[in-house]
Amino acid sequence: MSLSIPAPLEAELDELVTRYPQKRSASLMFLHTLQEHFGYVSPEAVEWTAAKLGLAPINVFELVTFYPMFRQEPLGKTHIKVCRTLSCALAGASDLRKHFCEKLGLDAKAHVPQTTPDGNFTVEFVECLAACGSAPVVLVNDTLCEKVDASKADSILAEGKSGGAQLRAAGTLSK
Amino acid sequence: MSATVTAENKPAPPPVERIKVKVDGREIEVPKTTPDWQGKPQATTMLQACAHAGVDVPHYCYHHKLPVAGNCRMCLVEFGTPVMDPATKKPALNEDGSPKIARSVLPYEPGTPRGAIACATPISPGMELYPGSPATAQMREAVLESLLINHPLDCTICDQAGECKLQEYSVEHGQAASRFVETKVHKPKAVDLGPRIVLDDERCILCTRCIRFTKDIVNDDALGIINRGSYNTIAAAPGRQFDNNYTLNTVDLCPVGALTSKDFRFKMRVWFLKETKSVCPGCATGCNIIIGSRENVIQRLEPRENDAVNGPWMCDSGRLDYKWVGASNRLKEVLVGGKPSTWQTALSEIGSRLVTAAPGSVAIVGSARLSTEELFLLKQLARKFDAITDVVEHLGEADRLLVHAEKAPNYSGARITGLAYTEAGINLPRIRAGIETGSIKSLVVVGEDLVAAGFSSDLLGRLSLLVVSDIVPTPTTSIAHYVLPGCAYAEKRGTFINAKGRVQKFMKAVEPPGTARPEWEFLHELVHQVTGGNGYSTIEGLFNLLARELAPLAGLEWSRLGDTGVTVTL
Ligand code: SF4
Ligand code: SF4
Ligand code: FES
Ligand code: FES
Repeated sequence: MSLSIPAPLEAELDELVTRYPQKRSASLMFLHTLQEHFGYVSPEAVEWTAAKLGLAPINVFELVTFYPMFRQEPLGKTHIKVCRTLSCALAGASDLRKHFCEKLGLDAKAHVPQTTPDGNFTVEFVECLAACGSAPVVLVNDTLCEKVDASKADSILAEGKSGGAQLRAAGTLSK
Repeated sequence: MSATVTAENKPAPPPVERIKVKVDGREIEVPKTTPDWQGKPQATTMLQACAHAGVDVPHYCYHHKLPVAGNCRMCLVEFGTPVMDPATKKPALNEDGSPKIARSVLPYEPGTPRGAIACATPISPGMELYPGSPATAQMREAVLESLLINHPLDCTICDQAGECKLQEYSVEHGQAASRFVETKVHKPKAVDLGPRIVLDDERCILCTRCIRFTKDIVNDDALGIINRGSYNTIAAAPGRQFDNNYTLNTVDLCPVGALTSKDFRFKMRVWFLKETKSVCPGCATGCNIIIGSRENVIQRLEPRENDAVNGPWMCDSGRLDYKWVGASNRLKEVLVGGKPSTWQTALSEIGSRLVTAAPGSVAIVGSARLSTEELFLLKQLARKFDAITDVVEHLGEADRLLVHAEKAPNYSGARITGLAYTEAGINLPRIRAGIETGSIKSLVVVGEDLVAAGFSSDLLGRLSLLVVSDIVPTPTTSIAHYVLPGCAYAEKRGTFINAKGRVQKFMKAVEPPGTARPEWEFLHELVHQVTGGNGYSTIEGLFNLLARELAPLAGLEWSRLGDTGVTVTL
């Protein structure tokens, strides 16, 4: 599978390189940008980035595997990140993630991000989302949902099933 | 003419300033700087100072021919530095007049000794190193314990067992019982890293020697550490192979059993191997090697460190090119007219036929795979019969690290002995023409297949005498009147002279098959027979004789060659 980079995206990436004294310093920004575009960082994206920045592919792959925010596989359309750091852990983050997993038929014991076979949902644990005061906290795509109990969790899932488009609008979820 | 031994003719390097330090209470003087992995002078480290004192500091990531990484912490050593009197800016003294030493301690816990990594910490005048102190021992124990946390402890089936630094240091510095009750992190096993390398990630202690080697020595940035924290794993990029011509050096470098050679994996416990010092015959570089053999079979080749030639490395193609030595198709008996015969019959017949040959009707083709002694004997034969001589040229690719374009070990020997001219192979067309016109009637070939070198079987068939020595049957041996089975380099002793003029000896590791004999032995007999002269029946005597006769080698003796050879001016 080869990677096809649309011209405007390549122009954006070329511009990124000019912001740094060394080409290789643009690696992380490249990966963010490519992930934003393709949804994940494929092996082809790693090779392309390396060639573009004059690096060996392993140098780029090290970054991709080091930072948890980089995905090596496509994610579900609705991406549920459950905070598991102290406040949220005390407020039941573990049960909350289990709830999501069970409702979606995912393995709650696995430590890695879980995606439903239909590609609609991904559930994973993340570290502190900086909203500790309203634990437990969940980030659904780009929407922060606070004090998430079982019923809020269910409405997140319902939203996701209905296309997830309203999630952003349904700011009410975070109240 | 006197010896032109360059190693001794070089101007002495300027003297290096020396400083005094104490190692476990013993004062020693060490050079202030020491060559680093690239040979550049750098401040001498604690580890190097301890080595001067004869004290071995355990280490994993440090390797004298790689950039310093300082990541394994195995080399932690407690130390102290002289206290300066702030008022006088002079060293403060104890009551007995000895310098006051401040032991290194943790800044936030002044009661606790703190070590420094000996591989990367420079020494300073008056410094005291305590590699034998209880605090140092405790640090080593702690480092080992943490390195072993996720280690599978599968020494019983590990290829490295017997030459594993983890095993060795655990015996010396480890604890008998594990305190670790948590679940070990499991990592990939038997990873196919490249065509010649298998990686067991669970055994890896993440010293990064392999990464630094391939990046900084080979210039192939192929390996890295992926994932985070205790999941750290050595890997190549997805879809990429660890495949350059030097990958097997990482197996030597890996201090544990993580990187293994597909060729040697599970073959043999290393302590069964007999080790013989030799020289790789793969190209004109002449890398120094150790042949590991057991019960007369070569099991592996490893590089032997020689800074004048190969450093501690060798190429993969040279390392893996040993199976032909013990191949089943080796020539095992003397053939006269295609029929099995004896050495005595063959040599006396060849001798008498050569003696009656008309002057100028004999040609001799040797091989740059032969030892200098053998080439020298062939040249003596040539002189006797006024024969035209040459060796066959084998050219291939060279690289920037070790591999030479000349694909045989002794072109320099062929030139120095005069068997070949400045360019190997330039006489071959003349020999071919001589056979065609009938002026050349007798041909002696040692170690080459002339049919492969462009002489047709028909042409060779016109010779009235064709004597061929080789180690395997070839189209040339198949039409020879006399076939003399010779030896592989690993089956005899001798010297090769590499492209830069390094005269190096190689030793015998295994016995030749059947009645095959070292070429120098039977050539010596033949020379003796046709010249009537007295010779030397030992390789030492033969080398000393040729060193007296060949100007570039003047002054050399077998015993002076040592294990790593001597460089002469070509
Ligand atoms: S594979 Fe061996 S050489 Fe490479 S980092 Fe691991 S222990 Fe070190
Ligand atoms: S570089 Fe030449 S001499 Fe050295 S190991 Fe390779 S083939 Fe043998
Ligand atoms: S601990 Fe969950 S948001 Fe900070
Ligand atoms: S040898 Fe690894 S830190 Fe010194």
